[in-house]
Amino acid sequence: MEDLWVAVLWGMKIWLYLIISLIMVPAMFGFSLGISETYMTILIKTLEWATLKLQKEKADEQTLKTSASNGLIQREDGSMEKELEELRRSRPKPPVGGDFTLSDCFYFSRKGIESIVEDEVTQRFSSEELVSWNLLTRTNNDFEYISLKLTLVYGLGIFVRYCILAPLRITLACIGLTWLVIGTSAVGFLPNSSVKYWLSEWVHVMCYRICARGLSAAIRYHNRENKPKKGGICVANHTTPIDIVILCNDGCYAMVGQVHGGLMGIVQRAMVRSCPHVWFERAEMKDRHLVTKRLKDHVNDKTKLPILIFPEGTCVNNTSVMMFKKGSFEIGATIYPVAIKYDPKFGDAFWNSSKYSMVSYLLRMMTSWALVCNVWYLPAMHQQEGEDAVQFANRVKSAIAHQGGLVDLQWDGGLKRAKVKETFREQQQKKYSNMVVGDESSNSD
Amino acid sequence: MGSRASTLLREEEIEEIKKETGFSHSQITRLYSRFTSLDKGENGTLSREDFQRIPELAINPLGDRIINAFFPEGEDQVNFRGFMRTLAHFRPIEDNEKNKNAAPSEPLNSRTNKLLFAFRLYDLDRDDKISRDELLQVLRMMVGVNISDEQLGSIADRTIQEADTNGDNSISFNEFMKVLEKVDVEQKMSIRFLH
Repeated sequence: MEDLWVAVLWGMKIWLYLIISLIMVPAMFGFSLGISETYMTILIKTLEWATLKLQKEKADEQTLKTSASNGLIQREDGSMEKELEELRRSRPKPPVGGDFTLSDCFYFSRKGIESIVEDEVTQRFSSEELVSWNLLTRTNNDFEYISLKLTLVYGLGIFVRYCILAPLRITLACIGLTWLVIGTSAVGFLPNSSVKYWLSEWVHVMCYRICARGLSAAIRYHNRENKPKKGGICVANHTTPIDIVILCNDGCYAMVGQVHGGLMGIVQRAMVRSCPHVWFERAEMKDRHLVTKRLKDHVNDKTKLPILIFPEGTCVNNTSVMMFKKGSFEIGATIYPVAIKYDPKFGDAFWNSSKYSMVSYLLRMMTSWALVCNVWYLPAMHQQEGEDAVQFANRVKSAIAHQGGLVDLQWDGGLKRAKVKETFREQQQKKYSNMVVGDESSNSD
Repeated sequence: MGSRASTLLREEEIEEIKKETGFSHSQITRLYSRFTSLDKGENGTLSREDFQRIPELAINPLGDRIINAFFPEGEDQVNFRGFMRTLAHFRPIEDNEKNKNAAPSEPLNSRTNKLLFAFRLYDLDRDDKISRDELLQVLRMMVGVNISDEQLGSIADRTIQEADTNGDNSISFNEFMKVLEKVDVEQKMSIRFLH
């Protein structure tokens, strides 16, 4: 019995030493031993092989593949005016006093049914559909049993992911977070000086690097020359809380957010000691003026780190960018847009907060293959003359969508939980009324 | 989510729906996964609220009437079968279906059934007649507050006059069909479903 314990302890020790020497030390100084690269190469090969295999087995069902990427229906994109015009073409004569025909409802019916089959908003809050199976159970949509070989590889994958990678990643994440708390608290005791800033940045980046390895993140940064600079605001599209880890691997940011309780609260309080993040109490968050003022003060102090903000205000499934809340664009600071695009092949990065809790989401991430993503730094943008905050926000959003290959949507991400505002329906009614009574009402607006 | 969708739908059920609605196998499974993702209560049926959660439908002036078309009278839940039956009205009419006059019952996507769908949007009390009052109410939904009562009233009067042939001051389904006989219903009431 004694011997067994000694063996277990000894094993644990070796495990820790290995982690420290092979992962922690490289992470601290930001170099790589090539282990994760090798893992990624093997992974890509395996997935390619699986895709080929699937295609061979399903050669006759090519349609299934194409439709999965294209959607269920093809929409007519004509405007209301054009479509109603067409509907009315068969009418004998346009009478005086209002142009209405019973067939006008065809247009609304078709639009309505189309949105029931497929719509732009609700689908952005559920996981993206994959073109090919990536050997994870949760994404196996239509291909259940395919071949013995594939099943064996799949089984092996489960073993590797749950028995080797998961414990390793959990250990790393724990170490990373503990370090963050201890490190930032310790740095917080130092007097304000350039050494403190430098140390604080180093501790932050190091901890995020360790955490990133805990997710097997393979991140490619593009256009580093556009990296956000001090005294600016970095805005990015939002898929998951892990976005923060991804961005902070390449530099430090000041966070903005609400003070949480529990574990998150401890981390937040430790972080704010070493470098100025902007945390708000729950009640303060509602006071828009206070929020704007504190952000302004932060931005005006050129020694402080750039602020990181996700103006969508909610996690979207990384296929599109939704409406940017205008708050961060009213401050008048330089905006540094960043586009983040995850590769869904290696694991679904989207946090569906209405379905999974934070912990179960993290566990899913840690049992996925890897977290592969591209980060593009876009050139800094400024508010133009005569442009209001909303227009500016839209311009930045389009730039991000364009760079990341994401769909640029006007819809508010808040629709995930809230109902659509009545005014949007009124706009439609107004548009239609203009068609019915002609110019009379369009003159008045 | 996806795997649950395909396991819960039995093969026989797919076959039956295929026969009834004319949708293909893969269309049915994919629409089923859409159905389950709309089904927030996860009880295998959709309620009116489930539909209203789709923002694009919520801003549609006739959204409530369209939602209503999914629910048989007096019910407030619709299962997948019923969901598909209503959607089937919007399948395009394919060439081979046009010639098939021998079909035992008329397909759901026939011209007549498409028109019936539109007719029922106006027929609020389901008495197979569109009265002036019903037409006014639906017109109000479509135009909101932008047109005066008076003007809307004259639009309704004129529309009924044009369609009404037997002088009962309302529009029956036959009169409805007659007045729209030149309209390309087949195309305008169809959605291009992909494979």
